[in-house]
Amino acid sequence: MVTKLMNWFDDRLPLTATIERHLTKYPAPINMNIWYLAGVLLVVVLVIQLASGIWLLMNYEPTAEGAFASIQYIMRDVKYGYIIRYMHTTGASAFFALIFLHMFRGMMYGSYQKPRELLWVLGWITYFLLCALGFTGYVLPWGQMSFWAAQVIMSLFGSIPYIGEDLLTWIRGDYLISGITLNRLFAFHVVLLPLALIAVVFVHILALHEVGSNNPDGVDVKKFKDADGVPLDTKPFFPYDVMHDLYAIGVFLIFFVAIMFFYPDGGGYVIEYVNYEAADNLKTPEHIVPSWYYTPYYAMLRAVTFPLFGLTAKFLGFVVMAAGIAIFVALPWLDRSPVKSIKYKGIYSKFFLALFVVSFLVLGYLGAVPSTPARTIAAQIFTVCYFAYFLLMPIYSKYETCKPVPDRVQLG
Amino acid sequence: MSKNLRILTFFVIIAASLGSLKVYAAAGAACGSFLSEDGLTKGECKEAYINAKDKASLQRGAQVYMNYCLGCHSLKYARYKKVSEDLEIPLSMFQENLIFGDQKMGDLIQVGMDPKEAKEWFGNAPPDLTLEAGLRGPDWIYTYLTSFYIDESRPLGVNNKVYENVGMPHVLIDMQGTPRSVCKQIPAFADNGGIKQDPLTGEQLTEEKCGFLQVDNGTGEMSPEQFDKTMQDLTNFLAYMTDPLKVERETIGTYVLLYLFIFTMLSYLLYREFKKDLH
Repeated sequence: MVTKLMNWFDDRLPLTATIERHLTKYPAPINMNIWYLAGVLLVVVLVIQLASGIWLLMNYEPTAEGAFASIQYIMRDVKYGYIIRYMHTTGASAFFALIFLHMFRGMMYGSYQKPRELLWVLGWITYFLLCALGFTGYVLPWGQMSFWAAQVIMSLFGSIPYIGEDLLTWIRGDYLISGITLNRLFAFHVVLLPLALIAVVFVHILALHEVGSNNPDGVDVKKFKDADGVPLDTKPFFPYDVMHDLYAIGVFLIFFVAIMFFYPDGGGYVIEYVNYEAADNLKTPEHIVPSWYYTPYYAMLRAVTFPLFGLTAKFLGFVVMAAGIAIFVALPWLDRSPVKSIKYKGIYSKFFLALFVVSFLVLGYLGAVPSTPARTIAAQIFTVCYFAYFLLMPIYSKYETCKPVPDRVQLG
Repeated sequence: MSKNLRILTFFVIIAASLGSLKVYAAAGAACGSFLSEDGLTKGECKEAYINAKDKASLQRGAQVYMNYCLGCHSLKYARYKKVSEDLEIPLSMFQENLIFGDQKMGDLIQVGMDPKEAKEWFGNAPPDLTLEAGLRGPDWIYTYLTSFYIDESRPLGVNNKVYENVGMPHVLIDMQGTPRSVCKQIPAFADNGGIKQDPLTGEQLTEEKCGFLQVDNGTGEMSPEQFDKTMQDLTNFLAYMTDPLKVERETIGTYVLLYLFIFTMLSYLLYREFKKDLH
């Protein structure tokens, strides 16, 4: 009966072939470790965000007059509305935490190197879309921090020479941040960006299954195959990885739910305290901070304090900030190392990767606290360190001594 | 690197990130020039009593709020009915004693005052307080409420230690009595942290410090302890206002966690069985 049904489908749709290709026969390297969980957890969070987002949408009102009150309506009057909203706010932070781990995994094990350049670029696009989703979504509750964060970020476009002011007006749709701006950010947040995100994630996974997963040793598992042509050092994704991931998802959800139900504000990081006040365009908050996941870039923006070549400091800061996000995409072409994994790369690669992580964390901290002259200097130094990892890579990755890479994966 | 070492690195990075966040979180809303009772710390808020399950405290807080605060400060995102249910105040009793004017049980808790006029009277329209405990924190509210003092130089005759030159009158002055900012002799501390002593007599040395709050004896309807307790109840009520479903949320959260523990345990056992195939 089941076979018959499957045959009926297979004549009309490549159902069995798809299931085999992506699940039951997809070869996953046996030495994948804990870092490889971020990917599957990102898919889980994507589903959480889509589902909770749809339900939030049912009661949210995208107008400057009604947005803030409608959030409180969801929090108080809608039955279990607070669960849906906290799911979405916690999900946003989880999304970024996981994508940072996921990207770091790729940087550590050289997952961007040939033949995975396109896979990396697609992943970078999802990161970029996520940044846009985070920003647009953050404005929607129309609290004080929503309004002023939008004010700060959008004004960056105004710093572009010649066209800045007109461009800014065009983007805002008004001479100030207003309900019109809110409406368009709302449209982007609920339609355009999620659609694009789903599409790119889909292609990202397709590309992954075309080139196969990398592994902590960075060796090509397809080199050695058994009699049936199945790579030796792999296991089928289903059921082995799925069972493994199920367990990981359980552990992840325990942390997720603990934050969601018991610390929904996350100490002011998941939901900022200033956003408990409705947007007021006449009252600037003392200290404007973006969400924690943008603070490294916000620190870069503030680190540029001097004009250069007739360009304003603000515009240059904007360029540096944008470059900080954009530069990841160049990684496959910056890395000249003959080996993939950090395990076999030389001492310079290890040093610069560590420097990058430290810079990212320190910049993240500096972006979250009010700036002082000493902190600005620190931000400048670490911005340079951050970019040094990328820009010096063609040199240090080429001229360092690497360890010999084994033919097959190493366990233990 | 061994597997354990890698996992360790992972958690160290996470802990370091969380640690750096904590440094930032510590810089919360400070309490202006509020001086602690021993005169040692300035600007640190007093710790408020917050207990969402203490219905009696919440009821007393609601009573004070509806009688003294609601004249100016709305709670416009909350509804009377929900408050009466959450605080277990019978509907009829709530309607008779805590709702003024012709408002209905299902209504949002609004004030009758026109915001434009209010701005003229106080310099700023009195803010809505539904989310005040989220915005400033309960400790700030509690410290603020107990930090008014007489200051004839201000248009309303009072000032506040926490919120310098605030435009709000001391509504609860009859209750509290006349609070003044006074100077006191406190033990003088040496640089090493010990109390300074007179080298000859061995007597403890004191120094004068100003900015302490003191209520004139017998001027208030309440004793200082009673007033303090009332302000704690009021703060507790405002904390409830910001997060009215805290108790329900944490109850559901406990069940969800329990479910997830069982799910994770079972999925671990399943994973362990499948893992046996691989070796």
